[in-house]
Amino acid sequence: MELSHKDLLGIEQLTAQEISLILDTAVSMKEVSAREIKKVPTLRGKTIISMFYEPSTRTRTSFEIAGKRLSADVINISASSSSVVKGETLEDTGRNLQAMNPDLLIVRHACAGAPKLLADALPTPVINAGDGSHEHPTQALLDAFTIRERLETLAGRSVLIVGDILHSRVARSNILLLNKMGAAVRVCGPLTMMPRAVEQLGVEYVPCLTDAVRDADVIMMLRIQKERQQGARFPNEREYSRFFGLNRAVLRHARGDVLIMHPGPVNRGVEISPDVMSLPYSIILDQVTNGVAVRMALMYLLTGK
Amino acid sequence: MALLIRTARALDPSEGLDEILNILVEGGRITALGRDIEAPAGGDCDVIDAAGLIAAPGLIDMHTHLREPGQEYKETIASGARAAAAGGFTAVACMANTYPANDNASTTRYILERAREACVRVLPVAALTVGLKGTALTEMGDLKEAGAVALSDDGCSIADAQVMRLALEYARSFEMPVLCHCEDSSLSFGGVMHEGAVSAVLGLRPIAPAAEELIVQRDIALAEWVGHCVHIQHVSTAGSVRIIREAKARGVRVTAETAPHYFTLTDEAVRGFDTNTKMNPPLRSASDVAAIRQGLADGTIDVIASDHAPHSSLEKDVEFDHAAFGIVGLETMLPLTLALVSEGVLTLAQAVEKFTCNPAAVLGYGRARLKAGSVADITIIDPDMLWTLERGRLYSLSCNTPFFGRTFTGRAVYTIVGGTVVHALRA
Repeated sequence: MELSHKDLLGIEQLTAQEISLILDTAVSMKEVSAREIKKVPTLRGKTIISMFYEPSTRTRTSFEIAGKRLSADVINISASSSSVVKGETLEDTGRNLQAMNPDLLIVRHACAGAPKLLADALPTPVINAGDGSHEHPTQALLDAFTIRERLETLAGRSVLIVGDILHSRVARSNILLLNKMGAAVRVCGPLTMMPRAVEQLGVEYVPCLTDAVRDADVIMMLRIQKERQQGARFPNEREYSRFFGLNRAVLRHARGDVLIMHPGPVNRGVEISPDVMSLPYSIILDQVTNGVAVRMALMYLLTGK
Repeated sequence: MALLIRTARALDPSEGLDEILNILVEGGRITALGRDIEAPAGGDCDVIDAAGLIAAPGLIDMHTHLREPGQEYKETIASGARAAAAGGFTAVACMANTYPANDNASTTRYILERAREACVRVLPVAALTVGLKGTALTEMGDLKEAGAVALSDDGCSIADAQVMRLALEYARSFEMPVLCHCEDSSLSFGGVMHEGAVSAVLGLRPIAPAAEELIVQRDIALAEWVGHCVHIQHVSTAGSVRIIREAKARGVRVTAETAPHYFTLTDEAVRGFDTNTKMNPPLRSASDVAAIRQGLADGTIDVIASDHAPHSSLEKDVEFDHAAFGIVGLETMLPLTLALVSEGVLTLAQAVEKFTCNPAAVLGYGRARLKAGSVADITIIDPDMLWTLERGRLYSLSCNTPFFGRTFTGRAVYTIVGGTVVHALRA
C-alpha cells in the first residue's frame, strides 16, 4: 500500500488505512533510533529542505534528525535567514528551491494554507510542519503513535483535549485523526477559546474540567499562548490555571491510569502543574521520541519508493 | 419568634397566587399559607394585621449603587440597605463602579463582609473588565466563587466590540449573567441631556438617543452570535424598546430593565437646570416615555430597577454641566411603579413581577416566593397610602432626587428579610 497523495498537507486528506500505514511504518523506524549506530541508508542521495517560517525547536530538530537517520541530506532554512526578508514571495522561494532539485520540502508557516500553496506550485512532495491555526499533521500522527503504543488501539478510546482549541493546529489535526480512527473526542476550555459550532468538528464540549476528565483514557493539554492572549481571551494565568489547568486535584476525578500528553512547549504551572508532568502516566517525552520515528516513516513513504 | 401576617392579599405572580390569606413565618421561613392558618398555640408570635394590604415576595432592586468601598460619604452598604428596606426591597444588586472597582474576588468578599451588617440582602455585581476600562477581562470564575451574581461595567460601555464579544463568551463559560450599560461614548461624549427641543432651548450639550440604541443593537447582535443572554440596563428610548422587542420576537435571549424616572419624567423637567434631573441615560421625550410604558405593558421590558445613584452636594450643587449623573431611587421606586397601575398601564401582578420574579430570573436568584418552605423575604404594601416625600426624610445618605414635594399613593409598610421585620411604617 502507498499514500495516495504526493504531499502530506493535513490529516484531512488521509484515510484510516493510510494513517495505519504511517503508524505501522513508524514502528520499524523507531527501532533504528534504538540502535548503537542510529543510521540506515534508506534515503541516501535524497535532499530534504526544511523551511521554517515560524520559530520551532522540537519539530524542526525532529525532522532534521529523522532525515539524517535515513541518510538524507537535510538543509534548514529559517525565515530570518531566507530571501523572505528581501521581499521574495513564498511561491518564488519555492520555485528557486525546486530549481535545485530537492526530493522533499518541509514547511512550517504562520499562514493557514501556505504549504498547500507550495504543494500546488511544485512537483516536489511537501510535508506540512504546521500552518497557522489549520493543521499540524505530523504532531497528530506522533500523538496517535504514542497512544497506540500504550493502549494498543485508538478505536473506542476517549480523548480529552484541553485549552485553546480555537487557535490550535494540534487540536484540529488530532480531532480529525482521532475521529477517523474511531476514538471519541471531548474538548474543554473557556468559550473564548472554542471555535464556533465546535461540536461540528465531531467533538463534545464539556465546560468544566473536573467533569471533562471523567473516564477519559487520554488527556491532552494544549499550550496557552500567554504572550498573545492574556486579558483578551482569559483574564490571567492565575484564573486560567485555577479552572483549566491540570493538577492532582483535577486528576482525582479522572481514571488512575489516564495518559497525560502535551505537544509542548509547556508553560509549567499554567496549563499543567509541575508535579503532574512527572507522574508515571505523563508521556510528554514519549511524544517527542516518537516524533522522530513518525517523521522518518513519512519521509520514507513520500520519497523512498 | 414566629410571625403571623393576617388577611393579606397574597400576591406572587410566579406562583399564580392572588388571594386573601394568612401567612405564618417561623424560623426565617414561610411555614404555612391559608385562610385558616393561626399562630401556633403557646409560642411567642408577632401578628401583623394586613387587612387591605398586599403581601408580595420580597422586592429585588437589581440596579443599585451602594458607593462602598470608596465613596462612603455618598452611601454605605448599611445606609443603602436601610433605604432599600424603607422602599420595600429585601435584596439589592449593587454595581461594580466603586473605588476600587469590584473587579476582583477580594473586593467582592469585602462587599459581602460589609453586607453582613446590612438589613437587606446584598447581591454584588462584579465588573466585566478590569477597572471598568473595557480592555482586559476580569477573573469571572473567581468572582463567581466569591459570590458575585452577575457581571456589568455599568457606568461605562465596553467600546471595543471584540472585547465585548469575548467578555460575553467568557462569562458564558461560567454561566454568569451579563448586564449591559449601552452607550456609544464617542457619540454621547460631553453630552448632559437628551437631544431634542428642550436641549435646543437650554443650550445644553445633547445626547442623541442613537448613542444608546447603537450599543443595544450591538450587544443584542453579539449575544445572538455567541449564544449568551444579555440584560439591557436602564432602557430610555423608544428605539431601544423597538430593538429589544424585535430581538425577543426572534428568540434572542435578551431581557431589559428601565428605571422609574424614564416612565415618569421627560426632558421638560430639565428646564429649571435642576441637577437632580441629570442622569445617564438622560430623561427623554414624551414619545420615548410613552414607548417605555408600552414596553413595560407588553413585556418587552421585564424589570423595573431604581438605578439608585447617590451623590452628595459636592457633585450635585454645581453647574449643570459639571454635575454628576444620577439620582437616588430606592425609596420612590415602588410608588412610582404603583402609579402605572392606577393609570392602567400595568396590572398589579405585572408591576409586582417587574421587581420580584423577573429580576430574580435574570440574576438566577430565585429564593423569595410566597409558598411554604420558602425563605421569608416578604414586602407588605399599602397600595392606598397617601404620602409626601419631604426633605430630610430619606434613609439614603444622599438626597439627590427630583421628587421632593411630590405626593405618592402607595408605600411599603413592612419589609421582612428572613422572617425579621427590618422596616415597619406602622407601630
